Amino acid sequence: MSQMQQELEEELAVTAAAPEKPKGRKARARAKKGKAPLTHDGLPVRQVTWQARMRRDKQMLLMMIPGVLFLALFFYIPILGNVIAFQDYQPFLGIGGSDWVGMQNFVDLYFNPDFWVAFRNTIVLALWQLLFFFPVPLGLALVVDSLISTKIRRWFQSLVYLPHFLSWVLVIALFQQVLGGAGLVNNTLRDFGLDTIPFMTNPDTFPLLATIQLIWKECGWAMIIFLASLAAIDGSLYEAAAADGAGRWRRMWHITLPGLRSIIVLLLILRIGDILSVGFEQFLLQHDAVGPGAAEVLDTFTYFAGVVGGGWSVGAAAGLAKGIVAALLIWGANSLAHRMGEPGIFQKKVS
Amino acid sequence: MASTLQLRRKASRRAQGLSFNSNRPAWKEPASPLYNTIKGLIIGGITLTIVIPILLVVSTSLADDKQLIAAGGFVLWPTNPTFAAYEAIFSGEFMFRALGVSAFITAVGTFLALFTTITMAYATSRPVLFGRPVLLLVLFTLLFAPGLIPMFLMVKQLGLLNTLWSLILPSAFAAFNFVVMRSFFMNIPTELIEAARIDGASDFMILRKIVLPLSKAVIAVVGLFYAVGFWNAFFNAVLYINDQTLYPVQLVLRNYVVQGGSMAEAIGVATTPPPQSMQMAIVVVALVPILVVYPFLQKHFNKGVITGAVKG
Repeated sequence: MSQMQQELEEELAVTAAAPEKPKGRKARARAKKGKAPLTHDGLPVRQVTWQARMRRDKQMLLMMIPGVLFLALFFYIPILGNVIAFQDYQPFLGIGGSDWVGMQNFVDLYFNPDFWVAFRNTIVLALWQLLFFFPVPLGLALVVDSLISTKIRRWFQSLVYLPHFLSWVLVIALFQQVLGGAGLVNNTLRDFGLDTIPFMTNPDTFPLLATIQLIWKECGWAMIIFLASLAAIDGSLYEAAAADGAGRWRRMWHITLPGLRSIIVLLLILRIGDILSVGFEQFLLQHDAVGPGAAEVLDTFTYFAGVVGGGWSVGAAAGLAKGIVAALLIWGANSLAHRMGEPGIFQKKVS
Repeated sequence: MASTLQLRRKASRRAQGLSFNSNRPAWKEPASPLYNTIKGLIIGGITLTIVIPILLVVSTSLADDKQLIAAGGFVLWPTNPTFAAYEAIFSGEFMFRALGVSAFITAVGTFLALFTTITMAYATSRPVLFGRPVLLLVLFTLLFAPGLIPMFLMVKQLGLLNTLWSLILPSAFAAFNFVVMRSFFMNIPTELIEAARIDGASDFMILRKIVLPLSKAVIAVVGLFYAVGFWNAFFNAVLYINDQTLYPVQLVLRNYVVQGGSMAEAIGVATTPPPQSMQMAIVVVALVPILVVYPFLQKHFNKGVITGAVKG
């Protein structure tokens, strides 16, 4: 940074901060206090010491203990456990006794072809999901929203939400019974003397199968959020447009889609931020049937390398790398949403 | 919302004896047969893809030997329903134990998870000391995950491996459910709490006597989310449980249906009913609790509990 630029910035900072700088400690404290929220019993904030607040909020603080304990044990301490990614971790030596190897595990990962297979599969599956899963709930929501009979509508909604509540094991079991080698479809084909189709075991068509499974399980549930935004569109807009002679497609183009714009942008950005997480149980369950060449994703790689294979440190390195990239992507996607004027998931000020 | 135009139109139609399709707003053109057919096909097709697999599984589990062999393995409607397959899978201790494990995890886990979520959500829903930093601690969990291997090492360190607690404790709190609960609590009017405070109620008392009775709907929904989560939990069991006697239903389902392991050995019976219908019976056992709970859960969906949370 050049000298001039720095000076200029300093000057700007001073002029920006100057007018609202109260003089004296008490005045500053009062200015700060003016912005402070009400206390939890709704009374205005008086000048209280933190000891007094502690005494007052004693029971509320007690209520936080179970949750904080959970977060410490099953979130924050395990996060620290990620240091084994920089060690040659040996279970019998523990974290304290294992040797430090610096970035060696990440270097090993970089030269491990299996890791790149998992990485490629993850990206391929994520793109499939983005292109072929993402639009389906939107389209379905438009169809459901256009249903006039409330009876059919309610009945259909309850039916399509159901698969969301079935476990992946159950979903794969159901798919096997219908599409598997001894399943309904192949049995029927065999009865007619035709060749069977290996839907569930062909690695080449696996992304298609995985996307269809995801659509079957989640598209109804994903529709809820679109239905809610559709319901929020002002009905008189449609009435006015119809009075001006707009047909159904015109109304959809000029009213419905602009009304959904913000939610579509938000969900799209969130999905892109979350692109490294394509799902885990679904791929673990089909890992054997399809083979690791198609069904190995980053999460299953971590599991097989670490827990099954005993390469704890390499597995942890893969998990940590994925976690950091994913957090950066989510954060970046959220900033992008802010920049586009959408609320995002993490507001600047959490209310 | 019925506009006056719509009401008038409806009245005139009724006068003419044409009182059908009264939900359609006046400005909407009547659906053409083409659109109706396409819509019907979409709705009907999706309905069939959901109903047929479930029907297939239930029917096959109930079908008798003869019909199964004649039909080549699958039936869509059992002509002579028999419970032989269920008798077989429940003849040993194995399936009972798996059901017991799943029921225990679901009951205890849901209770614990509701407890941590409610207390945490209420404590951070009011401006109290440390409220903001604790809230940030929770929200950070939405951004980052500690990863599978550190979690495994932690559970191992705590001595929970191969115990049922390994299936309960690591899932005893979920940030998403916390957010749902908290945004509901924040909408409870401060005046109510203030009034109770003036009458001398403590924070515990306010939570128990005022906040909880007002939040029955959201507690039901979050509780059912947790319950479904615990019932469906599969991967934690793969990771933390080696002991066959501690297998939950989902793991039994994976081993004997998805991977097609031999059930006769595990259960200890000679397979009189065909293995096909025994597999289906296990699928049904895993499915039924969800189908039973589902209508209760379903009732609350459209109250905006879920979408309200998404809006923040």
